[in-house]
Amino acid sequence: MDLWSSILYVLTWVGFSVLFLVTLLVIIAYLLLADRKIWAAVQLRRGPNVVGAFGLFQSFADLLKFVLKEPVIPSAADKVVFLLAPLISCLLALAAWAVVPVDAGWVIANINVGILFIFAIASLEVYGVIMGGWASNSKYPFLGALRSAAQMVSYEVSIGFVIVTVLLCVGSLNLTDIVMAQKDSGIATMLGLDGFYLLNWFFIPLFPMFVVFFISALAETNRPPFDLPEAESELVAGFMVEYGSTPYMMFMLGEYAAITLMCALTTILFLGGWLPPADLAIFTWIPGVVWFLLKVFLVFFMFAMVKAMVPRYRYDQLMRLGWKVFLPLSLFMVVAVSGILMLMGWAP
Amino acid sequence: MTVAAGFFYVLSAILVASALMVILARNPVHSVLFLILCFVNAAGLFLLAGAEFLAMILLIVYVGAVAVLFLFVVMMLDVDFAKLKQGVLRYLPLGAVIGVILLVELLTVVGGYMIDPELLKAPIAPITSDITNAESIGRVMYTQFILYFQLSGIILLVAMVGAIVLTLHHKKGVRRQDIATQVARKREDSIEIVDVESGQGV
Repeated sequence: MDLWSSILYVLTWVGFSVLFLVTLLVIIAYLLLADRKIWAAVQLRRGPNVVGAFGLFQSFADLLKFVLKEPVIPSAADKVVFLLAPLISCLLALAAWAVVPVDAGWVIANINVGILFIFAIASLEVYGVIMGGWASNSKYPFLGALRSAAQMVSYEVSIGFVIVTVLLCVGSLNLTDIVMAQKDSGIATMLGLDGFYLLNWFFIPLFPMFVVFFISALAETNRPPFDLPEAESELVAGFMVEYGSTPYMMFMLGEYAAITLMCALTTILFLGGWLPPADLAIFTWIPGVVWFLLKVFLVFFMFAMVKAMVPRYRYDQLMRLGWKVFLPLSLFMVVAVSGILMLMGWAP
Repeated sequence: MTVAAGFFYVLSAILVASALMVILARNPVHSVLFLILCFVNAAGLFLLAGAEFLAMILLIVYVGAVAVLFLFVVMMLDVDFAKLKQGVLRYLPLGAVIGVILLVELLTVVGGYMIDPELLKAPIAPITSDITNAESIGRVMYTQFILYFQLSGIILLVAMVGAIVLTLHHKKGVRRQDIATQVARKREDSIEIVDVESGQGV
């Protein structure tokens, strides 16, 4: 490859990444609005409805407000770490999207260990919270940070085991392979209903793991009912107490990017990624990326409904659920799934 | 190739610099944060070497779990920095001796072929390109060396049980939550409906 063609290659690659990132940020902005709207609808309120029709530009107005405000840094804070924390949590949450395939071949980096990369990035996200809580040099943020460190590490364990059960059924760590494995084999194929992809998706055979993953994803991203790191009735706003303006916005952006990532991961692992529900002309005409987005929105809607309807957990209940219920259950499922796969000769 | 070399020099320069900062930083929390930067750069070096599975495991296990707990502990320590600095000179000779031992060991491992050229051929397993390195590590650990793998697992389990036994104290007089009694509790056990005559009290 000569110099010009390699430069062109790098430029197109950068262009695709920027396009992907901008699209992602716009989608996150509207998911944030959808979250508030759904929450409001459950509580019989209207939600944001002033900026633009139905409040469609609310997120952008908020962005403008946060950016134009003066960032206040507490004088006793560790300034570098204080400003690094929101940057890290925002950057990491966006970085994980590099390996997410939104359609066949539509992925920035199709790496062999894609699922491990996402898992690694998700386990690093706790640093944003801990660093922010410690650097604020204040009691409530520190308590929030300690809580979140324990909480996120606990639920990562069961998420890891859930991912292992899916990987046992796929035989590859590549995210595209995980989606394709839900296309050609599974319950539909066994029943002789080829092309009825919906039944092939992993959420049917691995239903308990789907539930465990969904709840662990809520805990991992500090969503209600597990939002103890920022429990406003006990800790004011947890690790975010001392933050304002742009750093606060970056924390929020990181949080919502991580939530969207978890929705996308649920889609890829259990809901067949970009695959249409059946091999019918009316479904296959719709491009895969639209199916992917629809499924992500569906999972996000469930996230939002949980936030609106379920009261917050007590901290010891949260720990009990993670270590005494989910961990044994998912560990048992790893053994059971691998045993069944070996016995029936289904192992890939 | 030049791009890879460039990445190698950038990553290793940051790695060495942050390793130095681990011991030079005044604040122990900053030390741990530099240690994390160290790990991340080491993961980058693993990636360059083509060992993507090891890189991700390094991130998940060390950065995502071990270093979090480490940071957790260091943050809660109330350390007097001035006192800490006074001890440095006293422990310097001991530290230097350990450092020299480590350096010599590293040199023997890396430069062993200078003494005996045959060593260069001995330990290298053939790298096959048709399977991913996650698969080849799995094959080595779970098929060829399953016994050693299980043994080390049992040793770790025993160590964990030992640590819990040593540190777990049940204080007397502390009211503990008993989930079973909570679940087994019925309405009749806890609520009594009393028909109170007005003006008399219960």
